[in-house]
Amino acid sequence: MAGRFLVRRLAQAVVTVVCIAILNFLLLHLAPGDVVDVLAGEAGAADARYVAELRQKFGLDQPIVAQLGRYLWSLAQLDLGHSFRYEMPVAQLILQRLGPTLLLMAASLGIAFAGGLVLGVTASRQARSLADNVISVLALLAYATPLFWLGLMLIVLFTLKLGLLPAGGMYTIGAAETAAAHALDVLRHLILPATTLALFYMATYTRLMRTSMLEVLGSDYVRTAYAKGLSERLVAYRHALRNAILPMVTVLGVQVGSFFGGAVVVEVVFGWPGLGRLAFEAIFQRDLNLLLGILLLSSCLVIVVNLAVDLLYTRLDPRIELD
Amino acid sequence: MRRGLWQRYRKNRAAVLGLGVFGAVVATAVLGPLLYGGDPWALATRPFLWPGDRADFPLGSDAMGRDVLAGLIHGAAVSLTIGLTATAAAVGIGTAIGALAGYLGGWVDDVLMRFTEVFQTIPNFIFVIVLVTIFKPSIRTTVLAIGIVSWPSIARLVRAQCLSLRRREFVQACVALGMSQSRILWRQILPNCLAPVIVLGSIMVATAILVEAGLAFLGLGDPNVMSWGKMIGDGRGSLRTAWYLSAIPGVAILLTVLSLNLVGEGLNDALNPRLGRH
Repeated sequence: MAGRFLVRRLAQAVVTVVCIAILNFLLLHLAPGDVVDVLAGEAGAADARYVAELRQKFGLDQPIVAQLGRYLWSLAQLDLGHSFRYEMPVAQLILQRLGPTLLLMAASLGIAFAGGLVLGVTASRQARSLADNVISVLALLAYATPLFWLGLMLIVLFTLKLGLLPAGGMYTIGAAETAAAHALDVLRHLILPATTLALFYMATYTRLMRTSMLEVLGSDYVRTAYAKGLSERLVAYRHALRNAILPMVTVLGVQVGSFFGGAVVVEVVFGWPGLGRLAFEAIFQRDLNLLLGILLLSSCLVIVVNLAVDLLYTRLDPRIELD
Repeated sequence: MRRGLWQRYRKNRAAVLGLGVFGAVVATAVLGPLLYGGDPWALATRPFLWPGDRADFPLGSDAMGRDVLAGLIHGAAVSLTIGLTATAAAVGIGTAIGALAGYLGGWVDDVLMRFTEVFQTIPNFIFVIVLVTIFKPSIRTTVLAIGIVSWPSIARLVRAQCLSLRRREFVQACVALGMSQSRILWRQILPNCLAPVIVLGSIMVATAILVEAGLAFLGLGDPNVMSWGKMIGDGRGSLRTAWYLSAIPGVAILLTVLSLNLVGEGLNDALNPRLGRH
């Protein structure tokens, strides 16, 4: 049964990817001016014959359906096109920058998940107490704070005023002699951007965890656990938490996409050399191939994470039926 | 009924506070330019005046000597306009697609929901960036781009409402009375979707304001418009000496978004009294 479920979900995922690819293609064609216009404009010569030759070379003179077919075929071979600014295949460019973004996202996700879990459980165990109210107000504030602004304010406080942490980049050039020193250096650079990106999601997780815990704490099996004479802490962490954590996993899948968007602004604020910064550079050089490549790749990652969440969910909660 | 609504809303004190703050932002956007006639682009005074340095520039001036308060007032109107119109666009698209899918069902539903899923998969903010880059930054493209990425949640909500309403007795009674399909949809089903859409919409305005600020911060705002995000981005260059330039507009965004979130929660309590609060 699990196998059939997986096959069906995979088929759905492939359809979604193809739809997004077609959308990408349409966007590229709706854009005012194509690659040839840009190149011809740069060469300074708008010679009609040269332009026609270029169009032929890039296949832009063919009917649109043929162009779409060619585009999809090259995507199927993992060819995301050519970045005319970097003089490099887009796929290669993206791969180079994927690592730092994944590191940033994993770190923030860890902070957000752990922080949200602890804060949410704490708030639910003392519902309507002072601690609960303070946590709720902080979560509301974090939920309304623009990420880029938070990042700048953290730079003002921790870098400019206190001088504790570096303001940007991923490592200090030429500073690290050993691998351990290098890892520590990257970690120091990671703290501010990861915290910035994490706070918004931590707020979401805190609120979700609190609601979910309150719901579970009211259920019969928890009352049974209390009746057995178990301590409140043990019931909360051992018994209630396991079920209350399930919605967090779902939301994780829903939020990957928004996480990517957040990473763009955070990477720009902190000069973190990942995909977000690459997208930022692509915007101002009007490198549409590169920009659309990033859009497609991030969408694919969203699909993969959602598949993983689905599978994880069936493991975590055996009550879920796959069909 | 109307009175009952306000009485239920009033019980949530945070929501009343939120409504007050939001009212103040609206008043700033509407009355501000009349009461405080500063031009946000004018090089009005010495650069880098700190807030409180001079009484005629209460919030100081930026690196080019432009009045920060005038910019803030102007930015309020920009944020609200974009937030509200983008949400209106999203509600329009989402309601149309959701109502068609939920009411017609069958293959129409399948196709429309697959379509919705595609839009939900693409990371919103990156999609907005791509759209605005391709179609050149302006207020209109910003509004459209935010509308295009925001409608799926409305569509899903309206669809779910339609599915459950379609089976209710009062709708079946209308069918039995011989009311036409479109009349049932317009007069019976959609009005009953209104409450949850209003709640979701108020939170969507907040998100749209955040997205617009992010765009303007990245330099993808309308170049002819002074907005809060642009002010933060401009202030970034002098963060070391004049951090207030980035800090002040950020507080304005935070308060506006916070107030909208609180209003959304209050509306949720007031409009869905059956749902208990924890």
